[in-house]
Amino acid sequence: MTVETRVDDQPRVLYAPPELLADRSTTYCPGCGHGVVHRLVAEVLGELGLGPRTIAVAPVGCSVFAYDFLELDFVEAPHGRAPAVATGIRRVMPDAFVLTYQGDGDLAAIGTGEIVHAAARGEAITAVFVNNGIYGMTGGQMAPTTLVGQRTTSCPNGRDPAFAGAPIPMTEMLAVLPGVAYAARGSVVDASSIGRTKQYLKKACQVQLDRAGFAIVEVLSNCPIGWGMTPVESIEHLRDAVAPVYPPGVIVDRTAPARGG
Amino acid sequence: MTAVAERPADAPFARRTRVLRKGNEAIAEAAIRAGCDAYFGYPITPQAELLEWMARRMPQEGRAFVQAESELGAINMGLGAAACGKRVLVSSSSPGMSLMAEAMSYMAGSEVPIVVVNVMRGGPGLGSIGPGQGDYWQATRGHGHGDYRLPVLAPSSIGEAMDLVAASFEIAERYRTPVILLADGILGQAMEPVEETYRTPPRLAADWALTGADGRPPRVVKSLHLKPEALEQHNRHLRAKEAAIRDAEVRWAGERLDDADLAIVAYGTAARVARTAIARARESGMRVGLFRPITLWPFPDAELRHLATQVRGFLVLEMSAGQMLDDVRLALEGARPIAFHGRTGGMVPMPGEVVAALHRLENRTGGPAR
Repeated sequence: MTVETRVDDQPRVLYAPPELLADRSTTYCPGCGHGVVHRLVAEVLGELGLGPRTIAVAPVGCSVFAYDFLELDFVEAPHGRAPAVATGIRRVMPDAFVLTYQGDGDLAAIGTGEIVHAAARGEAITAVFVNNGIYGMTGGQMAPTTLVGQRTTSCPNGRDPAFAGAPIPMTEMLAVLPGVAYAARGSVVDASSIGRTKQYLKKACQVQLDRAGFAIVEVLSNCPIGWGMTPVESIEHLRDAVAPVYPPGVIVDRTAPARGG
Repeated sequence: MTAVAERPADAPFARRTRVLRKGNEAIAEAAIRAGCDAYFGYPITPQAELLEWMARRMPQEGRAFVQAESELGAINMGLGAAACGKRVLVSSSSPGMSLMAEAMSYMAGSEVPIVVVNVMRGGPGLGSIGPGQGDYWQATRGHGHGDYRLPVLAPSSIGEAMDLVAASFEIAERYRTPVILLADGILGQAMEPVEETYRTPPRLAADWALTGADGRPPRVVKSLHLKPEALEQHNRHLRAKEAAIRDAEVRWAGERLDDADLAIVAYGTAARVARTAIARARESGMRVGLFRPITLWPFPDAELRHLATQVRGFLVLEMSAGQMLDDVRLALEGARPIAFHGRTGGMVPMPGEVVAALHRLENRTGGPAR
């Protein structure tokens, strides 16, 4: 009996981590979607060759640590102020690629003024908005994006719209502003939605390179710890309960040629 | 430590260009001539002309100007531009400065050089639009949350404000720190003849600034240090920097102190009222001089303490209920009697009130000097 051992001289690379993603474990909780979104950002910037030109703005919240995992120049913004910080960078660094990375507490609560006006000015900035419907870092409190009925540590009986209002569809609100060239919503539900999210991110980067205006990609993500679920349950919840409230897809694309009439 | 020298009287007159200029506008133009790359602001009285001057002039120079959505927006735009190593000016007045406190603390922590002008008005709250000096504590105690100090420069004339703009950029960049230029509503609104002499400080290499990680490791400008040991180490670094600033950057000016046996301690517009009061008091035979701090932090405490070996008493004069008074007490450590006269709410002390306060001080210190 002979055993044939085959050794490829040139192994095929089926998977490699993107160069802009640091070779270290993240500090995010098991199952958290931030790691996926970090990877997408690193892949897209790498594929467009933007790493050496990028100045990124980190928020306050879980993803403040983005600068530990993405190999980019970073400035840390006060809570909610990333779009203003990015505006300052944009106005003095004409050749830089300017990226903001914010969570929903940061962008949709304390930072509503800054995101609305950066978008209204049509700043050539690419905004990544990770929406997991909760304040993760501080222990799982209600966010403006928390679903009606969802229990959190600060709405223990579930969000009651009579007292706390309804979830804020930030990206749809921003999309009505003429300064917004591109707004889309993706998710980390499964491989195909992650692939679509990557395409949205790539388009949002191209919009900045073309100086077409402000671009934002919301990414629906999960927070297993804050939601009190296993990672698998949290993904099922994201698909079955969150996505119907915040429908994924391109919300506005003002770079597309106007339809004839 | 620098006592400010008078301009040489024999400087050739023909080479001077004198213009009549409003304080807010003079500060703005001095910043432009000092090489300011970007300005961010928000309308608020009594500093709105500074924003308006920049709105017109910065685009002419091909530099960045944004009227922000709020003072929060303005100061954070400043943070972003300054983190890229650019020379940045932001301005506001008292209520707006409170909104900026958050970012001031972040910039102190992340060592971002920037110059912030506060044209103070009466407070607290919405207060008045009249001139005030009620933000002394806020400015000299670091302005925001946390444990740090920021250099604070206080001009008392429009010409001096122009000089101090360039000096503020220099100090900000030399020590990688925010610097506050503390003016008041009178300095902002008044017009004075000023010489159009400007200074552009040389640029320092900014090996920390964000430019994109091209051919070098990524840089991070941040104030978060989650490990207490690391944050304490960072605080020690900030303390060492503050010590260096104390050693090298104290500024003050003395007037008519040579024969003085009483001294008024005042800064900004209050120092100008003091000057008039001193002239009147001297007409009645009192020997009074002026000690005028120019850096409010670092406070010229050793210099003031030294003056206590000569004068019998001090009168602190402020457009507040008594804030710099604390620093005078700390400097003098009870060495001499200290009197206080202040007006608040946008009111400016009258020279007559000050002379009366000097007489009361003189009586406390043993009557007229012989």
